[in-house]
Amino acid sequence: MYDSGKVIIGLLIFAGIFLFPFVYQHGAPAEKPKPSLDTPAIKALPVKKCVEDTHFMITTHMQFLNDWRDQALRDGNRWYVNKAGKKVWISLQNTCMKCHSNKKDFCDKCHNYAAVQPYCWDCHYDPNGSKL
Amino acid sequence: MITRIILAFGAVVAIVVAAWMGGSVPGLQPLIGVALPYVAFAIFLIGFAMKVIKWAKSPVPFRIPTTAGQEFSLPWIKWSKIDNPSTTGGVILRMFFEICCFRSLFRNMRTDLRSGWLIHHPTKWLWLLALGFHYSFLIIALRHLRLFVQPVPGFVETLDAVDGMFQIGIPPIYLTDLFILLCLTGLLIRRLCLPKMRFMSLVADYFPLFLILGIVISGLLMRFVYRVDITAVKALANGIASFHPVVPEGIGSIFFVHIALVSTLLAYFPFSKLMHMGGVFMSPTRNLANTNRMEYHENPWRKPPKFHSYEEYEDMYREYMKEAGLPLERE
Repeated sequence: MYDSGKVIIGLLIFAGIFLFPFVYQHGAPAEKPKPSLDTPAIKALPVKKCVEDTHFMITTHMQFLNDWRDQALRDGNRWYVNKAGKKVWISLQNTCMKCHSNKKDFCDKCHNYAAVQPYCWDCHYDPNGSKL
Repeated sequence: MITRIILAFGAVVAIVVAAWMGGSVPGLQPLIGVALPYVAFAIFLIGFAMKVIKWAKSPVPFRIPTTAGQEFSLPWIKWSKIDNPSTTGGVILRMFFEICCFRSLFRNMRTDLRSGWLIHHPTKWLWLLALGFHYSFLIIALRHLRLFVQPVPGFVETLDAVDGMFQIGIPPIYLTDLFILLCLTGLLIRRLCLPKMRFMSLVADYFPLFLILGIVISGLLMRFVYRVDITAVKALANGIASFHPVVPEGIGSIFFVHIALVSTLLAYFPFSKLMHMGGVFMSPTRNLANTNRMEYHENPWRKPPKFHSYEEYEDMYREYMKEAGLPLERE
């Protein structure tokens, strides 16, 4: 091999860059977060159901909340009818966070895990939390 | 020529269909989601290194001065220090501009017949599209680190925030996602619409384009249309990175399409034209200083020639030469 010194240094840099995630994680997996449903309001519910079904809420809540915002603030329509035909008052702080009053153990759990920085809290505040 | 396009497109479609069907079978999910990426990544790393070592074994006895500027000569002739360097510093700069700014593509020329005149003119489209594509791909790859490692490094979060800075929609549309789609489409149109390009393009040219387009589109579909549980995806990716693989529930088939296409790209990489990633560093026309006239470059496979001097010749045939009456230097 010609110029073996330079080629081997180059290959080591290449391997170092591509193996970075493995080295950084050094065999210790991070725990998958479990957002807590342990709030007084949820405990008091006879049927523990959110506005829509769980899978929909997990995967699509961001778009859902965005649509709620547009509907409430731009169209002035504060009523949402869910798939089951039930009417829901559109409000993050008064509807969503009435049950999910534990932002730290609910919202932030997954958002921190997936490194998502939602801009909900640019305008809203957590009625039950001290500092955001 | 159309066959090549159909073959390349068909191969990508076949992978998508196979991964979609396989991903909906719970028994096959660990195979596509964990085993396939590991194998593909190993092929990528080992294949890449072996290819580079193979290249490093080829001797380059002479500096190949395919340069784009005046070489160092006389003091009153202006020397192009970066395009035709004769020093290590100059070579480092030339490599920097080649790797980071795609200098060679910037020099791209087209030759057209315009109202009877043959015109050579610069054309920057290829350079622009290539630059946009490569940098978008780099940023997208770095952004994906947020799914592989925990805690997420600060620079990844910064990239994420800057890339989604216009906050269009939720989840936000990334600028690089738009750029890469735009550039890939442009590069594909270039191959499909320019007759000369279509004539030259092979299956190996179309396949990576369709494959990467497939990766981008499947990723966008996963983010905006067929949504998946991102924490489950992170658990899988983090499991791969920490060698504790898991396949959580609630990941849709679209994810398996995405990961199968990425694995295909990784495994295909060392055997394809994509090896220009390593090749750009190994290009003798870029990484060697033009010192052809300043230094003696010995051919590495040159054997010392066997000389046969006149003295030895005379010693050999002295008797016969004497007999024939030929003049001799030594009796």
